[in-house]
Amino acid sequence: MAHLIGQVAFALLLGTAVFFFARRIRTVRRNIQLGRDIDLTDRKSERWATMARVALGQSKMVVRPVAGVMHILIYAGFVLINIEVLEILVDGLFGTHRVFAPFLGGFYNVLIGAFEWLALGVLVACVVFLIRRNVLPIARFRSPEMKGWPKNDANIILIVEVVLMFAFLSMNAADAIAQSRIAQGIWDNTHHYIAAGSFPVSQWLVPLYAGLSDAGIVAVERGAWWFHIVGILAFLIYVPYSKHFHIFLAFPNTWYSNLNPAGQLDNMAAVKKEVDLMMSGDPFAAPAEPAGEAPTEPARFGAKDVQDLTWKQLMEAYSCTECGRCTSVCPANATGKLLSPRKVMMDTRDRVEEVGRAIDAAGGSWGQGDGKALLGDYISEEELWACTSCQACVDACPVNISPMGIILDMRRSLIMEDSKAPEAITSMFNNVENNGAPWAFPATDRGKWTDELAAES
Amino acid sequence: MALTVPTLAEMNARGETPEVLFWVGCAGSFDDRAKRITKAIARILHAAEVPFAVLGSEESCTGDPAKRAGNEFLFQMQAAQNIMVLNGYGVKRIVTGCPHCFNTLKNEYPELGGEYEVLHHTQFIQQLINDGRLRIADGNPFKGRRITFHDPCYLGRGNGEFEAPRAALQALDADLVEMRRCKKNGLCCGAGGAQMFKDAERGNREVNHERTDDVLETGAKVVATGCPFCNTMMTDGVKNAEKEGDIDVKDIAELIAEAADLL
Repeated sequence: MAHLIGQVAFALLLGTAVFFFARRIRTVRRNIQLGRDIDLTDRKSERWATMARVALGQSKMVVRPVAGVMHILIYAGFVLINIEVLEILVDGLFGTHRVFAPFLGGFYNVLIGAFEWLALGVLVACVVFLIRRNVLPIARFRSPEMKGWPKNDANIILIVEVVLMFAFLSMNAADAIAQSRIAQGIWDNTHHYIAAGSFPVSQWLVPLYAGLSDAGIVAVERGAWWFHIVGILAFLIYVPYSKHFHIFLAFPNTWYSNLNPAGQLDNMAAVKKEVDLMMSGDPFAAPAEPAGEAPTEPARFGAKDVQDLTWKQLMEAYSCTECGRCTSVCPANATGKLLSPRKVMMDTRDRVEEVGRAIDAAGGSWGQGDGKALLGDYISEEELWACTSCQACVDACPVNISPMGIILDMRRSLIMEDSKAPEAITSMFNNVENNGAPWAFPATDRGKWTDELAAES
Repeated sequence: MALTVPTLAEMNARGETPEVLFWVGCAGSFDDRAKRITKAIARILHAAEVPFAVLGSEESCTGDPAKRAGNEFLFQMQAAQNIMVLNGYGVKRIVTGCPHCFNTLKNEYPELGGEYEVLHHTQFIQQLINDGRLRIADGNPFKGRRITFHDPCYLGRGNGEFEAPRAALQALDADLVEMRRCKKNGLCCGAGGAQMFKDAERGNREVNHERTDDVLETGAKVVATGCPFCNTMMTDGVKNAEKEGDIDVKDIAELIAEAADLL
């Protein structure tokens, strides 16, 4: 009977967690789809290869070896220990105990042993990461945008992982004690403990629990088991609200990577249409609209708010885990300017969340909006004008996010929608327009150097 | 004999076709310091007996600074105009001394109807040396000299070209030292993204001063550049550090031209 109650409770918990997770995923998906459409389904084999290399293979993480190697440890631990979670799920639903053991035989012991070592690795790496974030003077963890929730979010994740790993190891330690007491015949096996698993790490925890009664051991083993799985389910719900969502989104985000050279900026199709029209020589010609096709004119040029960005850019905002490698290589940021590429991504995410909530509150419609915008209310012109478009942020991102793309799209809005530019930029535009050069020199002087050269040689 | 550089129109009138079009760029045409780089490139092309021409007054800004400052209309107008000229002459191959022109012509023009083989001058110089068309004098003044190369963003990170400029420096037998931040991690000079044409935003330092620190760390006597804007910024940075007596800022083309005894 007790077993059955456990199973039902487990099924309810699991169902609840999956329900909330799925609901949140639907919201994030809807929010991402608030962005403009863009087709990124070409060059599929390159996309798979990029995802395999960058997300699965963590190729850009190891550029910084200390953080990179420890991150791989946590990542491998997360992925592999989830095989153990699969067993926990089956055990929880069917009231079994270590259900994989009889099928896997000796290999089961190898697996559990390997998980224990990984768990220890994860634990150590998380502690080191906590120290890096909270004690060591690492600049990118101390930027202004990392105060408050972003800092807490990071610490919550790391602490939860430490606690979960400790629970996992405690569970195994208690199980080992139970197994040995049964083997020695000092514990009448009315429980379902079986001789299974090897415990190379949790054996060090055995002295901690060895003094407990049989009932105490069961309490620790079951308690840790429940804590572990409940913790994981809670984490499942938490992750898509957190910067930690990168563990899932890193994969689609790298698949949809920009495959062009980093220096290449997209040519706006709507502008091309107008320029073609002007160049055609007939200023009064009506734009050719293919019959039956809706006009493809965008609502506005460039990006003022999140809906003007592409869905890929919004996906990038949700994929960002705020590591700050972009900001740490940004020349503007390094020289004390307001611009931080990481903040651009965090602002984009905060804003799309705000827009999403407003849409939900209004029963699914955005209507006239909320009078706010990403440009101005979150990201200032001063930040945008500090960018040198050097692409260091793009190169540094371990999951191929482009903060620069958003910055330049917002500059487009400033210029083409609001005609707002620093005076010097306006005069550069005028020079290009009138003289074909960013300076006020006439085109007829372009060849002057050839005369000079002829005279000098 | 005076070194004359024909325009494409002149060459065309003679019924000749150049091997390459030398796209000079605005800085290379108008900025006095950058003009010296332009002339060095012309001397190299001439010495290697490469039939080349320039567009002269028919060349116009590629639109790069306009595009990166957000003015896509102006960029595409410039692109359309340049593409009309280039396609009108049937240009196939372009060499340019400016990484910004290089990136724009190579990556952003094809979609707008301008498809050319575009080379940065360091790439072309590397080819000329490899093909034996350009020879470095044996007693070249840079042999064994400590030189560091400042990667232009739009050549290096932007287009993955890190080796060609370094190959040119190796041809000089120079003592090539790398800065702490180099190649993919190279720090910008501070001029990109239309910053060249405006004052920097509020901050506690100029980017080129920060970059000059990297140069000073290496103890190099020469900073080699591959971009007229980087050249301006590094020259200014070295001056700011009061090291203009110790450190020369020179484009790869100038180093090669000097080493090949062309100046």
